Amino acid sequence: MLKDQDRIFTNLYGNQGWELDAAQARGDWDGTKALISKGRHWICEEIKASGLRGRGGAGFSTGLKWSFMPKEPTGRMHYLVVNADEGEPGTCKDRDMMRNEPHKLVEGCLLAGAGMGANAAYIYIRGEFYREAEHLQAAIDQAYEAGLIGKNACGSGFVFDVYLHRGAGAYICGEEMALIESLEGKKGQPRLKPPFPAAMGLYGCPTTVNNVETIAVVPTILRRGASWFSAFGRENNTGTKVFCISGHVNNPCNVEEEMSIPLRELIERHAGGVQGGWENLKAIIPGGSSVPMLPKSICDNVLMDYDSLREQQSGLGTAAVIVMDKSTDLIAAIARLSKFYKHESCGQCTPCREGTGWMWRVMERLVTGDAEINEIDSLLEVSKQIEGHTICALGDAAAWPIQGLMRHFRNEVEERILSKNKVTPAAA
Amino acid sequence: MTDIIQPDSFEFTTDMLSEANKIIARYPEGRQASAVMPLLDLAQRQNDGWLPRAAMDHVADILGMPKIRVYEVATFYTMYNLQPVGEHVVQVCTTTPCALRGAEKVLHTIKTELGVETGGTTSDGKFTVLEVECLGACVNAPMIQIDDDYYEDLDELSTKKVLDSFKKGEKPAPGPQNGRTGSEPKGGPTVLTGNI
Ligand code: FES
Repeated sequence: MLKDQDRIFTNLYGNQGWELDAAQARGDWDGTKALISKGRHWICEEIKASGLRGRGGAGFSTGLKWSFMPKEPTGRMHYLVVNADEGEPGTCKDRDMMRNEPHKLVEGCLLAGAGMGANAAYIYIRGEFYREAEHLQAAIDQAYEAGLIGKNACGSGFVFDVYLHRGAGAYICGEEMALIESLEGKKGQPRLKPPFPAAMGLYGCPTTVNNVETIAVVPTILRRGASWFSAFGRENNTGTKVFCISGHVNNPCNVEEEMSIPLRELIERHAGGVQGGWENLKAIIPGGSSVPMLPKSICDNVLMDYDSLREQQSGLGTAAVIVMDKSTDLIAAIARLSKFYKHESCGQCTPCREGTGWMWRVMERLVTGDAEINEIDSLLEVSKQIEGHTICALGDAAAWPIQGLMRHFRNEVEERILSKNKVTPAAA
Repeated sequence: MTDIIQPDSFEFTTDMLSEANKIIARYPEGRQASAVMPLLDLAQRQNDGWLPRAAMDHVADILGMPKIRVYEVATFYTMYNLQPVGEHVVQVCTTTPCALRGAEKVLHTIKTELGVETGGTTSDGKFTVLEVECLGACVNAPMIQIDDDYYEDLDELSTKKVLDSFKKGEKPAPGPQNGRTGSEPKGGPTVLTGNI
């Protein structure tokens, strides 16, 4: 188990203060000036060496992403945009970081900015996180007042501004291009890539979009060193990670653990185990609502990291573990997610706009069994037509949960249709 | 939908206007359209929780935006209420992680206690009930948002208690309603016990 002295978010649960003095007592803002003075190249290389991969779901190498920013000033602004539009069902880790450790995020913005050659950061927080936004804005104000950010950040000579931007309710704004559009004051509709944000992002300027957790771990990695961070987890899957464990466990919780921890150990050690015991487990969605579910037989041994979950045709996603015990109607659980994606589709691409609604309607009939067996195949076929055929990944996210259900529990779906057809007398 | 009585005009109060100007200053010259979402939010707060057409026009004027662009934004995002709402807006999360832990019961309790259906407002104008998607507090499920605060780890009894306080004009303490303080496991954390 990860030792307490190796945890980054020592105030994850908020039992200490979140303000500047409490944050400094925990080690935030310690020696920041010296880290900045090591220069952009050093910071970026150190993050690369740590093996840090994006914590928002895609899992791309953070240092590599930063290196796509222009090497030299372009005469335009260069931006870091922090994606704090947390809304992937199952996921609630960024919320804790923003309400209880906001200074880690603000300091992270500064150091990440120094590591990618950005001059300012916008943090886009979901509108519903009103109280979290209050803490974060207060932390930004405290950092300005103390000279930690602004014209001469930490006395380093580096100029760096941090601004907070509140959203107004739209899951799609968690997609980086939609988030940029929204930040520009438009509807949150994803743009086609290329151009990629590193070339043309916010206001047409070079931009990198990173998740809250990705940025908030940067100061600690730089202070303790890349090799400290990379010592946790397996190769290519390094570091510590905040997991969110929800659903049918005895004690749902967030917890920071070592990457690659076995799923079963994570649940039994921290979440009090599955309700009714491990044998009562039916399936787990291991990385937020959009990744395919895994049946118990795979959950028995699978490790919680990018590569091991990908091998099982699922994914680490946001590391939000949604546990479902044997009492769960899996078809209804997935149908509810289909409704979610239908509700959140921005309506721009036809396959997604039409397909998410169509899939949801079929899923609702599968819940009651009012369907034909061959509709399962047409549902899967349509899910394949949506997957990969839209501007952004929402289409994929809508398709995968259904594919996961059919991959592992098709027999249950079929049984429900058959038993329904048996008890319902044929129409006269 | 009943006809909405749209006020003829809307203007920010002096306080709200200075708040609006503070927000506009966060964006570069010529990019003040970026402030449209936060300004619409301010307008909604000033106008008892809903956004009349006149408020959108006022925001368009301040930001120098075509009105249609502001309407597009106001209709795209779910947090803008385009018709009057009750004094308190009760948003019930029913997405799968909350559903697995009894969101239906919470929703049912709220509908019965207040005597309204989803989307409805109580006849005394005190509460509007909405069903919403994941609010990002899934390890404290089931949960609801009332106005700006989250009420978490609910069951039928605690839901009723929270509503009763609001009915009496009080504001119950937000957060988990089952003794937890945050996202730690119930009964106490398994890590960080030394509070280093
Ligand atoms: S599902 Fe209800 S808060 Fe996430």
